[in-house]
Amino acid sequence: MKHCEYQQIDPQALSTPTPTLPPQHAVVEEEKGETARRKWEVFPGKNRFYCDGRIIVAQQSGVLPLTLGLILVTTVLFFVFDCPFLLKHLTVFIPAIGGVLFVFVVISLLQTSFTDPGILPRATPDEAADIEKQIDNSGSSTYRPPPRTKEVMINQQVVKLKYCFTCKMFRPPRTSHCSLCDNCVERFDHHCPWVGNCVGKRNYRFFYTFIVSLSFLTVFIFGCVATHLALRAQGGRGLMFALQESPASAVELVICFFSVWSILGLSGFHTYLVASNLTTNEDIKGSWSGKSGAEDTGNPYSYNNIITNCCSVLCGPMPPSLIDRRGFMPVEESSQTVATEIELAAKNEINVCQLVLCLSVFVCMAHHHPPLGGQLSGLCSVLCWLMSKCTQGTKDLLESASRSPCPQTGKPQTVSTSCPDSIDPADPAVTFNPAVTPDPVAVPSLKCGGRHHSHTTSPPDEPRQQHHHHNRHHKTRSTQSSSKRAALHISNPAYNVSLSPPTSPGLGPSHATGAEDHRRDSFAALH
Amino acid sequence: MATEFHNLQELRHSASLANKVFLQRDYSEGTTCRFQTKFPSELESRIERTLFEDTVKTLNNYYAEAEKMGGQSYLEGCLACATAYLIFLCMETRYEKVLKKIGRYIQEQNEKIYAPRGLLITDPIERGMRVIEISIYEDRGSSGSCSGSSSTSGSSAR
Repeated sequence: MKHCEYQQIDPQALSTPTPTLPPQHAVVEEEKGETARRKWEVFPGKNRFYCDGRIIVAQQSGVLPLTLGLILVTTVLFFVFDCPFLLKHLTVFIPAIGGVLFVFVVISLLQTSFTDPGILPRATPDEAADIEKQIDNSGSSTYRPPPRTKEVMINQQVVKLKYCFTCKMFRPPRTSHCSLCDNCVERFDHHCPWVGNCVGKRNYRFFYTFIVSLSFLTVFIFGCVATHLALRAQGGRGLMFALQESPASAVELVICFFSVWSILGLSGFHTYLVASNLTTNEDIKGSWSGKSGAEDTGNPYSYNNIITNCCSVLCGPMPPSLIDRRGFMPVEESSQTVATEIELAAKNEINVCQLVLCLSVFVCMAHHHPPLGGQLSGLCSVLCWLMSKCTQGTKDLLESASRSPCPQTGKPQTVSTSCPDSIDPADPAVTFNPAVTPDPVAVPSLKCGGRHHSHTTSPPDEPRQQHHHHNRHHKTRSTQSSSKRAALHISNPAYNVSLSPPTSPGLGPSHATGAEDHRRDSFAALH
Repeated sequence: MATEFHNLQELRHSASLANKVFLQRDYSEGTTCRFQTKFPSELESRIERTLFEDTVKTLNNYYAEAEKMGGQSYLEGCLACATAYLIFLCMETRYEKVLKKIGRYIQEQNEKIYAPRGLLITDPIERGMRVIEISIYEDRGSSGSCSGSSSTSGSSAR
């Protein structure tokens, strides 16, 4: 019966092809506690999560502790050393206003840092396949596929949408991929190290509140401290006397003096951006400033009215978080679980595979040198075998990049090898295998993406320990260089040369263009 | 009931997923959430064009309502700003309320219109508001299966 079939469908399960029932879901959760994970645990970006997914921060906290520390220290010194004097000599409103401003600053700072900036979840494999079908694969013979763009008309203006190779989708307008967080962020403004997070659609208003209230606070403290010192120095006693009586005020003065210019400048700049409905990213790139002589390239998103622009940016409806951090992973059937596990394990191997991919390119390029022929053919075979373990997601990358005659399957569900025939275990080229084996235990030491998802193929009892292991492991760039060293067991000078340039995009600013995406993708394992 | 459930699980297997159609976003009016109403060719044999377009247009209207910038949203925004945005911790925003309405609407549409035709609409929020995913099922099952054929109304041997 129609009725009985769809009585079984949960509202949550509607999205999955195999629906789960609430009672069964609970039972399964009890039986296999490990598989009922929250989505934040398998989040592919470089973010970190706390409080069971409620709080999201970027991988590196940047100078957030410094920001908080400076604000706290200055305000505490103000309340302890200056307020009593000003309270006695002036008015009670001074500490009150200071208190309110301080609360605003801290709350908006924490909200900016801990809110999802508008991260777009990556495309599902089906979606990615559908998009691939629609793209013309004319450039498949070259190593690097041509940058994919799509043009849309927005308010009678042509806007180019770029394809994100990491997230496998065409980025919506005003969306940009942050290389530091490895996410596409909607209405991407910039990645702010002071707050340790990206600033995007969902937390721009918090960021703006933060810098505006911080500039008020800084100016307020500066003014109050100056008044305090001036009052103390009255009666001909001099400034030095006043400073000696209240040394903390000197500290506050210095901090406030140096920060007030940059913070006021930043507030002014962002007020201009808000009034013209621009993002920092667009302003820096000059997307709408009529560069290159293009006629009529105004901002298509602006309402051409300052008040409407301000209201839409700051007081508009608050969009929801799209990544559903605290939702449970759908409890799949056994086949799908296996597929997911393989996909997750394969994700671990993606970096390995990309590394292998680079190797294979240069090996095949060096194939032209006859003396290396014998070893290289064996190497190619091994590389094919390794590549066959990679998921569908990297299939196009591999196909376009590899010139080797080795066939590839690239099917996500099968872990079988594609060309085992030509593998010779005794081949000397196989010796480099241990460095790049897809063994899941060895993989974490090679991975340098700072991915913080648990691995289903890891030792079954401690997925969280692995989590923390990665936390420690990927804190600094030194771990990344050590993993690079591990990969460099093969002393191929051509390979070494290729490694050095791509490290810079990883360290560069977050305003990465689409042209860098593919390079970043290919060398994701290396930075 | 348990046996019925087991049979239905088999049915879910038997009604295998044949294809998925993705309706992309329509950016002609800016970054507001709108989906293209172009009728996909894969659905031509499964559902009437008018029903499909009605569904998509209603969804677009819901999203427009959620993102509408009017008096209420400005009031909400200013109130939130005045309370240092702490109010978002206790109050459900208008957007979230509309999203719940959308969820209920999609479920209702699935139950009444799409499931009998062997189709299933996925809520766009599950796909990051990028696409409306429509799963097309082919019914492989033989006896006792809940048929999802489009041309005839679904009948069951139960």
